[in-house]
Amino acid sequence: MKDDRTTQIVLAAIAILLVVGFFLPNWAMFLLTIALAKGMLVLGLLPLMRTGLVSFGHALYYCLGAYAAGGLGIAWGISDVILMMLAGGLAAAVVSFVLGFLLSRYRGIFFGLLSLAFSMILYGVLVKSESLGSTDGFNVVKFTLFGIRPDDEMVRFTMLAVAAVTCGIAALALHRYLGTPLGLLAPAIRDNEIRVEYMGGSARYAIHVIYVISATLAGVAGALVGAAVGHIDPEMAYWTQSGEFVFIAILAGTGSVIAPFIGAIVFAVIHSFAFDFSPNTWQMVLGGALFLIIVFLPNGLWSLFGRRLRARG
Amino acid sequence: MDKIIAVFIDGIIYSSWLFTAAIGLTLIYGVMKILNLTHGSFYALGAYMAASLTGALLAKGMEPMLSYAVLFGSALFVALVLAPLIERGILKFMYSKDEVVIMLITYALFLILEDAIKLIWGVSPYFIAEPYGLLGSIEFGDLIYPTYNLFLIFIALISGLGLAWTLMKTRVGKLLLTVIHDPEVSRSLGINVNKFYLITFTFGSLLAAVGGAFTAPTVSVVPAMGVEIIVLSFAVIVIGGMGSLPGAAVGACIVGLVRSISIHYAPQLELFVIYLVMAMVLAFRPRGLFSTAEARKI
Repeated sequence: MKDDRTTQIVLAAIAILLVVGFFLPNWAMFLLTIALAKGMLVLGLLPLMRTGLVSFGHALYYCLGAYAAGGLGIAWGISDVILMMLAGGLAAAVVSFVLGFLLSRYRGIFFGLLSLAFSMILYGVLVKSESLGSTDGFNVVKFTLFGIRPDDEMVRFTMLAVAAVTCGIAALALHRYLGTPLGLLAPAIRDNEIRVEYMGGSARYAIHVIYVISATLAGVAGALVGAAVGHIDPEMAYWTQSGEFVFIAILAGTGSVIAPFIGAIVFAVIHSFAFDFSPNTWQMVLGGALFLIIVFLPNGLWSLFGRRLRARG
Repeated sequence: MDKIIAVFIDGIIYSSWLFTAAIGLTLIYGVMKILNLTHGSFYALGAYMAASLTGALLAKGMEPMLSYAVLFGSALFVALVLAPLIERGILKFMYSKDEVVIMLITYALFLILEDAIKLIWGVSPYFIAEPYGLLGSIEFGDLIYPTYNLFLIFIALISGLGLAWTLMKTRVGKLLLTVIHDPEVSRSLGINVNKFYLITFTFGSLLAAVGGAFTAPTVSVVPAMGVEIIVLSFAVIVIGGMGSLPGAAVGACIVGLVRSISIHYAPQLELFVIYLVMAMVLAFRPRGLFSTAEARKI
């Protein structure tokens, strides 16, 4: 553990975020919080992509997590952000456990399309449920932490701190998981599934486990975003949202558990600058960036960092 | 009884619209194994080009009956200019990559084209109602439908049967079937596979643009139309089995009828029910209704 660079970097990153974050202006704290939450979701996509599966439906769990967290406040008046995240993660885990029995049978674009169908089902349901605010969604109750509502100046920073710590825990846990035999099976499945079975491994079981893990992270991320933004709506389940996550995952690369967070932050920067610079062509900028990365950096931004880390030994 | 007839007729109209929109997607997937997201862009481009061109020409006093030719002409223009550019300029260099990666590349292109549309035509909606009303209406018992809807069914039949005839009966079609079956062997037999990819991509995109152009008179043309049609066409061709022509037809009929039933009896379920059907079909037939078994390769 002590020699593990990734663990050191993650711990250092949490500390840096907490210190530097304190001095950031409010808007930057907010953007960083959202970026970290999206990074956590993309962290969940990482083991899936290592298995060779691209999910075009993770917005399902993102939205589900947000609605579970928001529902907690509406139904029982619970506003603790940690309970919200637990609820989001739990809801996503339960649903993904059930859907996983079906989805773990699919590979390639069929996996992507079936997960897309499921997320669109949720979107269709939410858009038509008047009690949940239909297309407008609803406001999430103001969050508290350990029963205390932070002062107005501290709200953003509290959220950022919660996000940083949660993301750090998630990254370290996933890093450990990827080192286990089951985690190491992922790239093997992508390379040659039949040989994995000859070896005695079960591809379906491994994919099912990975799928539940990744959905749970997406649910927690959704809850976090719901609490940070204070408002949730069905657009969170639309397929373009899933497309955005896949975009960040491609941008980041699957080389390390740190990559998704770098990807998410770079994405947030590109997104807000492109949006500021030319509000009508930000998608064009994103599309162009995606294209260039697929062609010139097929392993994502991480291949730039990873090479240096390896060279240093 | 009237309601059942209405459900049925609405279903058929909606199915033919879906079929026209989806058939190009299944063709391109069948031949090139590309799940082409730019299909939605071609659909939207066709609609925008048709709406703005027809509107402008009608304002200049064009004979209204000619507007149908203009609709088709705009689709032709969009597809013939842009599709070869995309295929030759970009996709051609990507064929060695993974299916999912090529799909992501078309996603990138889709994002770019989406904003290109907004740059050219702005974000406010376009309307051209003339071609829709021009043909009068037709009565089925007590139900009155604009005749233009029959025209949509006609276009779906023409494109479906035309494509089937080309594939089964002509020399080009038979060569294309060879390419679908095995591109490598086709190459060694002296078939210019790259040329067929170019033709397929252009023709598939043309079908999308035609779908968009002839839909334009029935709706307001807005920037989001490409995004919507993409997921609907996916549902259609996934239900039928990707790359299968009869599959697309059956898929379109299923989605069309299911949607029409839900609109008449349970409107709040409309959107949800289409994807539910898709998920159900995939649960039992993982590769769609009209798919063939594939051997696992070691």
